[in-house]
Order: sequence, then structure tokens, then C-alpha cells
Amino acid sequence: MAIDKIWVLAEAGDGGPTPITLELLTEARALAGTVEAVTWGTETASLAGPLGEYGATTVYDVGDLGGALPGVPVSAALAALIEGGNAPDAILIPATYDGRDVAGRLSVKIDRPVLTNVTGLVAGDDGLSSQHPIFGGSHIVTARFTGPGPAIFVIRAKSFAAEPSGGAAAAVVAAPAPDTGAANGAKLVERHVEERSGPKLDEAAVVVSGGRGLGDAANYALIEELAKLLHGAAGASRAIVDAGWVPYSHQVGQTGKTVKPTVYVACGISGATQHLVGMKNSKNIVAINKDADAPIFSVADLGVVGDVHKVIPKLIEALKAR
Amino acid sequence: MNVVVCVKQIPDPAAPASLDPGTKTLVRAGKLIMDDSDNYGVEMALQLASGEGDEVTLVSMAPGGETSGLRTGLAMGAAKAILISDDALAGSDALGTAKVLAAAIKRANPDLVVMATESTDGYTGTLPVQVAELLGFPSVTFAKSIAVDGNSVKVERQTEAGYDEVVSPLPAVVTVTAGVVEPRYPSFKGIMAAKNKPVDNLTVADLGLDPSQVGAAGSGQEITDVSEAESRGSGEIVVDEGDGAERVVAFLEQLKVI
Repeated sequence: MAIDKIWVLAEAGDGGPTPITLELLTEARALAGTVEAVTWGTETASLAGPLGEYGATTVYDVGDLGGALPGVPVSAALAALIEGGNAPDAILIPATYDGRDVAGRLSVKIDRPVLTNVTGLVAGDDGLSSQHPIFGGSHIVTARFTGPGPAIFVIRAKSFAAEPSGGAAAAVVAAPAPDTGAANGAKLVERHVEERSGPKLDEAAVVVSGGRGLGDAANYALIEELAKLLHGAAGASRAIVDAGWVPYSHQVGQTGKTVKPTVYVACGISGATQHLVGMKNSKNIVAINKDADAPIFSVADLGVVGDVHKVIPKLIEALKAR
Repeated sequence: MNVVVCVKQIPDPAAPASLDPGTKTLVRAGKLIMDDSDNYGVEMALQLASGEGDEVTLVSMAPGGETSGLRTGLAMGAAKAILISDDALAGSDALGTAKVLAAAIKRANPDLVVMATESTDGYTGTLPVQVAELLGFPSVTFAKSIAVDGNSVKVERQTEAGYDEVVSPLPAVVTVTAGVVEPRYPSFKGIMAAKNKPVDNLTVADLGLDPSQVGAAGSGQEITDVSEAESRGSGEIVVDEGDGAERVVAFLEQLKVI
């Protein structure tokens, strides 16, 4: 079964498509002859160039959502395009907060299941298969859709490397959302962006993360200081985010961000499944933890079995002295 | 106000999990417990529905008439539960499960449906939104705080860079993250009372659903392979004897990041 056409749900970030959008377009290009993007918002005209440069020939523009959350109107626009006889073989959706909303809603509208947490796609004789890490990434499950398409895949960030194709700007086609009634009632009132100094967590070359082993919220300052000295970003395990020590935007893992830095330094993190899937593909991993049996050591290139309260201050001192 | 909380009864995550080599589904043996992620939803619902005439109803789908996890939520203070248990539901995917839950939730006529953002054992993370779509309700996912004001709900929804303030009319589906509230421990009195709280046992037929839409029969996906991932080459593990920091510095130098 040949894969002719793939759609990518394209999200816009600061001044252009988000990195995961470009990753998905690059992979879609490798799998299908025709790649098209679906996007929304007020700045869509400026996306035609960059989306085309990564392989999209057409951009379906849902337009301004009037303050509505994207899940309902964007899925309705997708369903209308599919009903209009335009169905692709597969739809690739970023595993972001809004992406998951769109995927779940669309799944019901077209009565097709969704495969989530995808980190790889394989084209075979019987269509596309998807790969999913389980048990913290120690095993890979391969799955596929058994019914008619389009197949909906929700894909984790950094599963593929983004590379431009040098394509021309995509043609923009208006694809407004049909009326969705009461379901579309949730409206965005105000956005709050947390202040950040230094590189973005999911783009930094060095990430220093802290976990429960820090013992106390105040000790997270050590993580921030170490990250700053290494020109990196400060991350966190879910345990200390749930405990309220640091905001959610710092969370690395299943429900947080996926990072793939040159070096990941895990401090006082045991390495729960939830955390490992978000950082396991870092190029180099340093782990500091007092429990020699902690699962984090199974993925570490350098593991230091020791007390973070002793090792980190010494490390900070040594880096400052340089 | 009627608040429904969907709870999942799962094998204790502390017990080792495995995949059935034949069916390649998660093996679920032993007594089930309420998913830890659902503690937060139950607590949030109890706090929101604390007025005169307010009520919290739990909805769960589980094999074998399992209620041990539901009793935890009832002991925390939920008034009653709806349990859907049917052999035809084995092998359900998220969409099939959503159809069952949505049909059961309708019976409770809720003003608000609270769910965890994702379960601990399956974590597909799309089910709450699928339920909302089936009910025709708006949804706000990843709530870090919820406040009900008359006929609307105000939610702080976490985002990649911070949070959004979102307002939605009721009825609505809201998903909560762990840590949104501090879940209470069931009191002895609560545990005793829970034993006598009503649990409505329903089958697929009771919900008026077509059996071909649910369970393995309605699942539009299959697992074709499970294999071990390529493991990272085992690294060097050293015990800190005062030189731990130096070892890290040397490693970073070697990688030329410092």
C-alpha cells in the first residue's frame, strides 16, 4: 500500500513554525509523495514560506480562532477537509498540549483511533507502522492501524531531525472551521509567559535537571546555578514539579518536554519511566545520585554514586574557578 | 452541582508489568488499585462539589466487576459510582473506551467532568478529549487550577511556556495534572461508609452500545511487534570519594562543553 499523501499539523511559535513542525514535515517528505500542512492563527500568511521550504506544497489555513482553544475548531476543519474527499493516508500531529486536543477530537469526528507517543514511523507493504517506547524506553512496541485511513499519529518532539528541502512557498488554501456549537465554548482569556534567562529547555546544548534527591525546594537554586555556568537550561523531574518546587515548564519527561542535548546532567533523579522517555536520547548523560541501584545509572555515560549536596557545590566551585 | 470523575483501576504500578506474548497487551493480574493520577481529580471534584445538594459520581470501566479501586474514591467522599464491566470490552482502545465512558457519564447528567490528563499505565492522553467530543462538551486539558463560577469554569491551563487563563461554559470536561491539589487520605469513617455506597453495575448492552464498536472487535489498531530497544553502551559508574565533581569536570572537558 503506497503512501501518497501525508498531512502535518503545523504549529506556529515565536516567529515561525515550531521545531517539531519542521521535524514532522521532514519525516513526511521521506514517507510520501505529497506533503501538506494544516495550520491556524492570525499570522498564517507568513508560514507559507518556511512550511514550503520544509516540503509542504499546500497549507490549509483554518484562520483566526477568535480566542477559542484550537482542539475543537481545528479538528472540525480537518474533518471537513477529509469529508470533502481530500483525505490523506496519514496525519502527523505534534505531541503538544494543543496537538493532543486536536488529535482526540478528530479521532471521534472521523471515528478512527489515534496512536500516541510515537517516536518512529516505518513504511511497509501494509501501510505505515508506528514505534512507541514502553517501560521507560527499554522496549519498542510497533503498532499499526487495521481499519481504513486516515491514520492519526501523535508524535513526540525530536523523534526526527529537521532538514529543509528547499521547496517553494506553499500555496495557501482557506479551510475555515464549520460551526461547532457548544463544544467550542472554551475561550482563552489571557496568556502568561514565564520569564526565562538563558537558552530554551528543549533547544539547549546542556541541560541540568534536579529531582527529589535535592531534598528541598530551596536546593533547586544549585541546579539553576550549575545550568547557568554551563550556559545551559535547568530542567526538573515530574516529582518535584508535582511537589510545587518548580513550574511545569521545567518538566522533562512523558508529560513534559523531550530534550536531546549534547550533555544531560541528572542530579538526584532516580530515573522513573516517566522521566527517562524525555531525556534518554541525549547524546551524553551524567547522573549524580546516592542510590547506586537507581535506574538512571542504566542510561548514564558517567554515573557518580554520591550525595548531590556535596558533589554539586564542589562542581559549581570548580567551574567558577576556571 | 453534579461532578463526575472518571477513575481508572489499574494493577499496582509498583508491581512488575509485562506484556502478554500472545496478545501483546498489558498483563493485568492481581487486585486493582485506583490510579494514583486519579487521586487529584477526585480531590478536586470533592472540593468543587462541597455545597448543599452537590454530588460527586465516579465512573470507571474495569474487568470482572472490579470495585476495589472505586472504593478508594468512595472512601475519600464520592457519593456513588458507575462501573461498566463486560467481557466484550477486553482489548478496547482509547476510542472504544471513550465511547463506553461517555455513554455512562451521560446517565449522571454532570455539570462538570474531571479526569486525569493521562493514566499511569497506558498514558495515551487522548481519552478525555475523545469523551468530551462524544458528549459535545467543551474541554480544557492540563489544568493546574480550577474554579467554578455560576455556569462557567475558570481554568489555568499549563502551556509550553507558562500558563493560559481559559474560561469555559458548563457542562465541560477538565483534565487535571498531579499536584493540582493535595489529595486527602480516606478516614476510617470514610472507609467504612464506602462499603455501603451504591455502585451501579452496567454492561455494554445496558448502555445501548453496539458490541462491534468496543473491545477488541472495535479496536482499529494492533500491535505487530515488541522488541528490546537498542540499549546505550554501559557507561562508567564511579563512587564519589570526594573526587566526584572532578570526574564530572573531566568528562565535560572531554566533550568540549567547557
